[in-house]
Amino acid sequence: MTTASQAGSGKVYPDAAAALAGIARDGMSILSGGFGLCGIPEHLIAALRDLGVKGLTVISNNAGIDDVGLGQLLKTRQIRRMISSYVGENKEFERQYLQGELEIEFNPQGTLAERIRAGGAGIYGFYTRTGAGTQVASGKETRVVDGESYVLETGLTADLAIVKAWKGDREGNLVYRKTARNFNPVMATAGRVTVAEVEQLVEVGELDPDHIHTPGIFVQRIVQGLNYRKPIEQRTVRKRSSHAVVA
Amino acid sequence: MPWSREQLAERAARELRDGFYVNLGIGIPTLVANYIPAGMKVVLQSENGMLGMGPFPYEGDEDADLINAGKQTITELPISSYFSSADSFAMIRGGHINLSVLGGMEVSARGDLANWMVPGKVVKGMGGAMDLVAGVRRVIVLMEHVARDGSPKFKSACELPLTGAGVVDMLITDLAVFSRPDRHSAFDLIELAPGVSEADVRARSTAQFGSALPARP
Repeated sequence: MTTASQAGSGKVYPDAAAALAGIARDGMSILSGGFGLCGIPEHLIAALRDLGVKGLTVISNNAGIDDVGLGQLLKTRQIRRMISSYVGENKEFERQYLQGELEIEFNPQGTLAERIRAGGAGIYGFYTRTGAGTQVASGKETRVVDGESYVLETGLTADLAIVKAWKGDREGNLVYRKTARNFNPVMATAGRVTVAEVEQLVEVGELDPDHIHTPGIFVQRIVQGLNYRKPIEQRTVRKRSSHAVVA
Repeated sequence: MPWSREQLAERAARELRDGFYVNLGIGIPTLVANYIPAGMKVVLQSENGMLGMGPFPYEGDEDADLINAGKQTITELPISSYFSSADSFAMIRGGHINLSVLGGMEVSARGDLANWMVPGKVVKGMGGAMDLVAGVRRVIVLMEHVARDGSPKFKSACELPLTGAGVVDMLITDLAVFSRPDRHSAFDLIELAPGVSEADVRARSTAQFGSALPARP
């Protein structure tokens, strides 16, 4: 099986900066995985910050928080435009938006996920009930079928997708962990180039083929991240004596 | 006496049925999880990609890879499963979730919901709310009956930008409960908080609604 492992070995890069070399450029569009700070490609975001590429359009469910995740690229003003569903926890985002330095396009979360899924699957667009009769539908084609209103939403791809997985092998096969999966698998399908960072880079054959979430065909480059911070946004716990499910 | 936040959650929990898949919004709706009747099986969906959401972890057991849609640390259950955001919204949009409980800023007489933006204020985004109200089979809104300045929030028409048009099936406020049999019907007042009269509720609403209060004992 040497041919397979040799072909795959070309995908592995020594670090995040090397994995983005020759790809990252000013004005590009980037799909960035994660939900809040969960499952974000923290090393690739840091490498984009260090590379200093500017005028970026970033498609990501959220925009990080101040100084963490995509918040780092906001602080350095490398992002010109965001496509997101919710950007609540970021003061710097708010400031730049109010100053007109940053554009934002809000998409309903499910529409955002499906636009990316469609983009990666080669589907031009789809009609959805989500947003019908709201300002999300304004300027878009709508259609009434059996008395129900639908909005045409278009597929979304980007120059680059950066995703984070738990484990990956040299072929680019990926396995995510718990809710850190979120937008990562769909985004992996929709980048013209997809770069994955993983906590554990394993040899081909170590991942059970039945358990792979993202097949390696979607991943062009892979890098193992070291010393993950994995910050927690809302640390909620219960006392060992408590019966309440939520505080 | 108006109902408290906990009482609103407790009232909403009475709409749960055995075997339901349920999505709870952030804020008061999250508290509904505390009032699931003993012995009833209800599976909570979290739109960031989990079915079978468990309680908050014990201190020291927090896992950064395991959060709910409010970005709070949670735990898994034996029945839990994880999936992508695209699969999550296939469940939501595809009508596979039985019930969604959300907060509201305004609800109109025809069941329009506004809960995501106030013009002139910083807009944070709609998150998954528009998908939930568009796709979940039954939508319950929990909110204060009037705004802080006393102005009605159950209105003849919403003034704020909509989250969904004609999507609300039941409205539970701190003063009363309103429901309708289908999305083409008007709302009926079906319950009052203790010490609150129908006249009080009408005086604090601009929405027109019917009355289906049980006869007084």
